Amino acid sequence: MSDSQGPLWEVFVQKKAGQPFVHCGNLHAYDKEMALQNARDLYTRRGEGMALWVVLSDAIVSSSPEDMGSFFEPSNDKIFRHPTFYQIPDGVGHM
Amino acid sequence: MGRVNVEEVFEAKLAKNDFIEPKDWMPENYRKHLIRQISQHAHSEILGMLPEGNWISRAPSLRAKLVLLAKVQDEGGHGLYLYTAAESLGISRDEMLNALLTGKAKYSSIFNYPTLSWADVGAVGWLVDGAAIMNQVMLQRSSYGPYSRAMVRICKEESFHQRQGYEIMTHLSFGTPEQKAMAQDALNRWWFPTLMMFGPPDRESPNSENALKWRIKRETNDQLRQRFVNQTVIQAEYLGLTIPDKGLVWNEAKKAYDFSEPDWAEFKNVIKGNGPCNKERLVSRNKSHKDGEWVRAAAAAYGKKQMEASLAA
Repeated sequence: MSDSQGPLWEVFVQKKAGQPFVHCGNLHAYDKEMALQNARDLYTRRGEGMALWVVLSDAIVSSSPEDMGSFFEPSNDKIFRHPTFYQIPDGVGHM
Repeated sequence: MGRVNVEEVFEAKLAKNDFIEPKDWMPENYRKHLIRQISQHAHSEILGMLPEGNWISRAPSLRAKLVLLAKVQDEGGHGLYLYTAAESLGISRDEMLNALLTGKAKYSSIFNYPTLSWADVGAVGWLVDGAAIMNQVMLQRSSYGPYSRAMVRICKEESFHQRQGYEIMTHLSFGTPEQKAMAQDALNRWWFPTLMMFGPPDRESPNSENALKWRIKRETNDQLRQRFVNQTVIQAEYLGLTIPDKGLVWNEAKKAYDFSEPDWAEFKNVIKGNGPCNKERLVSRNKSHKDGEWVRAAAAAYGKKQMEASLAA
């Protein structure tokens, strides 16, 4: 979605080194550098993060709400993916 | 599984206090209501920079100037969060800006009143931001996800705004008699316009019913107004200032204050464009937009070149 304000970018902030980048919002900018500077001014004025990603919104591929059920279902019925599915004998310590 | 009824899914989400997200199906009127409300909210943040910006160059100390600059910068940021929240509903930034610049869009009536003295900057922070927070705390639980998330960010930033305003009022109220008189004068002029910020009384609020049904709002205009009055009286008492309402009395039965209604004819008149500063605000906004035109054009041209170069690489 582009207009006189430049294209839309999504902004991700990393709070501390080692933590995941979390989506915090979006903004308009004309190029990468401006997107990064605007993201800093708009989303990290109070120490909200130490690193930023900006990504053109158009470049993001997302699942659609109608997919919700079928798309994510498999992980729910495969209970053997979860550690609680398995019996561990007493006396072998923490596993 | 049969075909899912999108309307039922929408209703079920509301019933469960789930959030509605941009790609979810939503009734057209829900979308329209949100676009109107969120864009007006965004415009209010942007126009709200003008009455306070008026005092940046004349702040009485360097500390006061730094604080006010930071606050006005926050308001600009709030406008941007809200514009993108509205854009997620399918309206473009240009459409919204054009509506604002041509005077078609509405924004909070409060910003059409002038800031005549430094005490007004205090009163705006204390009362206007106080009222805005009350409304925005409720909107954090609004049913539309992007609106709710914008509100969470905004509320985190707003509490400094109200406190800095109250600090100004404290300095003036405990200062010289002239300073205290300034503070009282500001309270006299801002009290009723602030009460109007919550919108028309419930009995004649045309948009409230849907907003409540769809959980865009959680409380009515009158409920929020009552809570604001209850909370603010003690703060005025501490300052030794008098709220300019002879009808303001504690009502033991309802455990809340009774108070006089604002002049709703004045409210409607200001909304219509006839407030003390409506014209000035629009002229200022149009001037900044026009003055910035060459910057946008240059940035767009430079950005285009950069993007092309990075795609070619």
